[in-house]
Amino acid sequence: MTLSSTELLTIPLLPLLASIVVGLFGKRLQNSLSHWICCSGVVVSALLSVHVFLQVADGASFYGNFWTWIVSGDLVVPIGMMIDQLTAVMMITVTIVAACVHVYTIGYMHGDPGYTRFFSYISGFTFSMLVLVMGNSFFTLFFGWEAVGLVSYLLIGFWFKRESATFAALKAFIVNRVGDFGFAIGILAVWYYFGTVEYHEVFAQMPAFLARHYSLGFMDWHVSAITFICLALFVGAMGKSAQVPLHVWLPDSMEGPTPISALIHAATMVTAGIFMVARLSPMFEYSETALAVVTVVGALTAFICATIGLVQNDIKRVIAYSTCSQLGYMFVACGVSAYGVGIFHLMTHAWFKGLLFLAAGSVIHAVMADQDIRRMGQLRSYMPITYITMLVGALALSGVPPFAGFWSKDLIIEAASVRHMGWVSEFAYWALLFGVIFTAFYTFRMFFLTFHNSDRVPAKTKPHLHESPKVITVPLVILAVGAALTGWWGADILNLPGEGGEGFFGHSIFVLQAHNPMLTLEEIELNHSGGIWLEMGALIMAAIGIGLAWLMYYKPSDLPAKVAESFPGMHRFLLDKWRFDELYWRIFVLPARAIGSFLWQKADLAFIDRGIIHGGVIDTIATAAGRLRQMQSGFVYHYAYAMVLGLFGLVTWLMVGN
Amino acid sequence: MELNNALGMPILTISIFLPTLGAIAIWLLARNDQQVRWGALAVSVATFVVTLPLLFSFDTTTAHMQFEELHPWIRSFHVNYHLGVDGISMPFILLTSMLTVICIVSAWECITTRVREYMIAFLVLETTLIGVFAALDAVLFYFFWEAMLIPMYLIIGIWGGKNRVYATIKFFLYTFAGSVLMLLALLAMYFKAGHTFSILDLMAYPFDFTWQFWIWIGFFVAFAVKVPMWPVHTWLPDAHTEAPTAGSVILAGILLKMGAYGFLRFSLPICPDASQYFVPMMVGLSLIAVIYISLVAMMQKDMKRLIAYSSIAHMGFVTLGTFMFTQQAMEGAVVNMISHGFVAAALFLCVGVMYDRLHTREIAAYGGVVNVMPKFALVMMIFAMANVALPGTSSFIGEIMVLLGTFNADPAGLATSAKWVAIAAASSVILSACYMLWMYKRVIFGDIVHDSVKSMPDISCRELGFFLPLIALVIWMGLYPTPVLDLMHATVAHLVDQVSTSKLPAAELLSAGGSAIMPGGHHPAGM
Repeated sequence: MTLSSTELLTIPLLPLLASIVVGLFGKRLQNSLSHWICCSGVVVSALLSVHVFLQVADGASFYGNFWTWIVSGDLVVPIGMMIDQLTAVMMITVTIVAACVHVYTIGYMHGDPGYTRFFSYISGFTFSMLVLVMGNSFFTLFFGWEAVGLVSYLLIGFWFKRESATFAALKAFIVNRVGDFGFAIGILAVWYYFGTVEYHEVFAQMPAFLARHYSLGFMDWHVSAITFICLALFVGAMGKSAQVPLHVWLPDSMEGPTPISALIHAATMVTAGIFMVARLSPMFEYSETALAVVTVVGALTAFICATIGLVQNDIKRVIAYSTCSQLGYMFVACGVSAYGVGIFHLMTHAWFKGLLFLAAGSVIHAVMADQDIRRMGQLRSYMPITYITMLVGALALSGVPPFAGFWSKDLIIEAASVRHMGWVSEFAYWALLFGVIFTAFYTFRMFFLTFHNSDRVPAKTKPHLHESPKVITVPLVILAVGAALTGWWGADILNLPGEGGEGFFGHSIFVLQAHNPMLTLEEIELNHSGGIWLEMGALIMAAIGIGLAWLMYYKPSDLPAKVAESFPGMHRFLLDKWRFDELYWRIFVLPARAIGSFLWQKADLAFIDRGIIHGGVIDTIATAAGRLRQMQSGFVYHYAYAMVLGLFGLVTWLMVGN
Repeated sequence: MELNNALGMPILTISIFLPTLGAIAIWLLARNDQQVRWGALAVSVATFVVTLPLLFSFDTTTAHMQFEELHPWIRSFHVNYHLGVDGISMPFILLTSMLTVICIVSAWECITTRVREYMIAFLVLETTLIGVFAALDAVLFYFFWEAMLIPMYLIIGIWGGKNRVYATIKFFLYTFAGSVLMLLALLAMYFKAGHTFSILDLMAYPFDFTWQFWIWIGFFVAFAVKVPMWPVHTWLPDAHTEAPTAGSVILAGILLKMGAYGFLRFSLPICPDASQYFVPMMVGLSLIAVIYISLVAMMQKDMKRLIAYSSIAHMGFVTLGTFMFTQQAMEGAVVNMISHGFVAAALFLCVGVMYDRLHTREIAAYGGVVNVMPKFALVMMIFAMANVALPGTSSFIGEIMVLLGTFNADPAGLATSAKWVAIAAASSVILSACYMLWMYKRVIFGDIVHDSVKSMPDISCRELGFFLPLIALVIWMGLYPTPVLDLMHATVAHLVDQVSTSKLPAAELLSAGGSAIMPGGHHPAGM
């Protein structure tokens, strides 16, 4: 069964149209008409996505090209769509979260001078993200990839008067470009080796390609072509999905308005890297090295960012570090070949992380744009809906059943424990397990400090405390329901551990039989041979984390200060975010500036201009001309003398010559 | 000789001389500055309209010269007035006639002294520029090539900034020194190839390797200065900085393209073996342009100087693509040239818009411009993003095609595989973002710190008028480059074939360093 191409085209084009109309005529349309145009565009495309999802669940799919972008010699770059189970899951996730965020924005951005501009951006973002997930080639993926990067840049710097915001935007763009550099190289290599950039043609050629054992070398160093391609593409994924060492832009991106943090920097854009790896599973599966790198990077990020999250005091930064960390979990899932589980976590994460951000936004709205949790506390009595919904989000993030995060995170950890990749999977397993404690701890530290503990709200903010309006609370409730239910619903619908089959994702995700941790898990399930630790390990860790947070932060106590004092070095190190920013400043930014200045001042100006051109060429000509000029002295006897000498020479030459 | 001219009328001659005739008319008839302006606009628009049939009647299936005209000129030296265009030169004629209109509109209010002379200089410049791209006789080419220096010299020298005399002399000496060597190369070819200046005949003549080597060097110096390539690039930042806005536009938009066009028209087809031989050097210089110059661009304090350096970096992509001898890379190079014609021109116009208001080009004198000029900020954002080759803009098409073609190329004589060259060039993805967006951040974003910025009015309709067509072209070519690519497929395929076919006898081929040449294709076999 084939899907209707009109319907499929409508899904991304509606938000695009809304974005263009509001972007160009926003001022004339007024605020209310602008948000109606954008919201309705995105809501309709969300409904259509659900429709498409239901059809795909029944076995429908789509593959087709609509447009030829570039043709040159044997290079053909079409623009088309590939809709299968993986795409469908991404489409509903993106459009539903986007729809919630659009509605929420009506309340959150109320009264902002950039109101219509903001709507234009987020609708444009929805379009770009849909291109990214629905496309059928590396080029459409890259197009969407760069387009969401552009919108992200514009939105981080949305409040352009703030120096910190524009700096964060610049940083985000450049760090992402480092990733894109890798992505672009991956595309070059894909076209070189496969002669096409369309997914299904590349995937179809994989067996023939592998049989030829291509390798690339530089000097004496060689790497197999498939590993080279996968790693280059993965660098792109690391940039967009904020993985160590390219994670530094994501926490700073919190300078953007909160709806953006929810939509772009938590639920959708940053998950593009996970989507990419899952989409390209037919390639990654054939490179053990690439899979190992994905796993290690994911595990490192999950661990490092979770530790940084422990000490942050900015409510949004806590959640931002948690996002990096959770993205690490998803990458580990992909690395251990449990792509479906990774996408499942992506989906549940979109719900609960979107929820956490929007709830945080609701809090920030109430306390007059203050984001420091040290100046909050006891807010639950003022804003009960936000309190309850945030609790749901926090429980889901910590992995407490039956909330969404439990199902997906638990599966990731189980998959990592049963997949045998030597030290790689061993390391990933323990990093994730400890990550769970930290996650639960920082989540509830933030939660308790905000809603419980002592009331530390400054007196001048006090009168302003109130529950947010309906346009804010309704999306919160919708997302909370999602965060509560998508776990078991998804586990059921997506049928992940696969009852004897491929599960929901079918052929949209490719896993080698020998790699598949899901098969092992299923066997364990059937034999009940997993033991209590495999089943309950993550849950126990989460309980420890929440328990510790409860001890230290539920009631005011001096315990946190004491702990910090006992490990001053460690505390400082975490507060400094493992000193990545400082390191990059020293090894990239300052040297690049110094080299740039050197090349300009010394090489261009001093050496080429003053040295060679002035010193060499012009001075030589000037000196020679000066000498020649002296010959025209204007004295007749000089000329006469020269004439006589000349005559003498000529006569001599004639005599000797003959 | 059979002339290929589908229109049956001397359309190229009309395109070339219409601006000059118009200039004469303006000189004789216009009574005041306003009449001069409208007259110049009318002439430039008329020229643009006249060049349009070149595009619409162009036969994309052939690599032959089209719209040819041939008349004897100086019989005793076998010099002919021979014109014609192919898929590479034709787009540049249209680019020239279009940018000239934009230049004249952009100078409407900011040029207030010697308006008549200014407009006449621009129209004469247009004549010489179109002439360069249309000439098929080497002497005619040389004539236009040199003639172009005079109006450009005057434009920078009379209407330029404070340091204009230094910049003018530097510009003139550099380019003039370069062209002298080109003249020598032309004369050498004339005598060697049996008294002909016909470019098409010279392409067919089998020069041996030594001749090719020296002819190539002669051309190289002339073209490298014009592109400009490191280390003969230092005239460009000075010339750009001092030139009036429209001068920078035409300099970046067209003049820089002539060097790369020269490589495509002369060096590659006439000296294919020497071109192959010099690939490693050209690759090295191109990479220096991309990486070194980008770093220099990042540290500039003057906006125009920054964009000038960014132009050099982008031209690095053009020379790289030119010397990879694959269909994609070469088409990418031409697309890059056209695209850079739009983007760099627009960026110089952006700086011009700000300069008209504040009379400074210092980055530090601005900051927070978006607060008072939101429309302008959007326009400049579009071109800044085009300059960093964001997909959906024309520069992306050009750069990705050069990179694809380079990765896929198999040039002889390179110490390492072309793949590493492509990877090194791809670093432009990061570097261009660094210099461009850092500048954008400092100039446009932020709160207003200088009071002078507060009084900057947003762009006028006239200014929007010359930005809109450029925006449309950049995005149109970014999303639908097919019509432009179709123009050049046949010509580029023919050129790739020419440069890949050695002119040497088989024995000599081996001794010339085994430069056995294969056009790029899909034959991955490791690196």
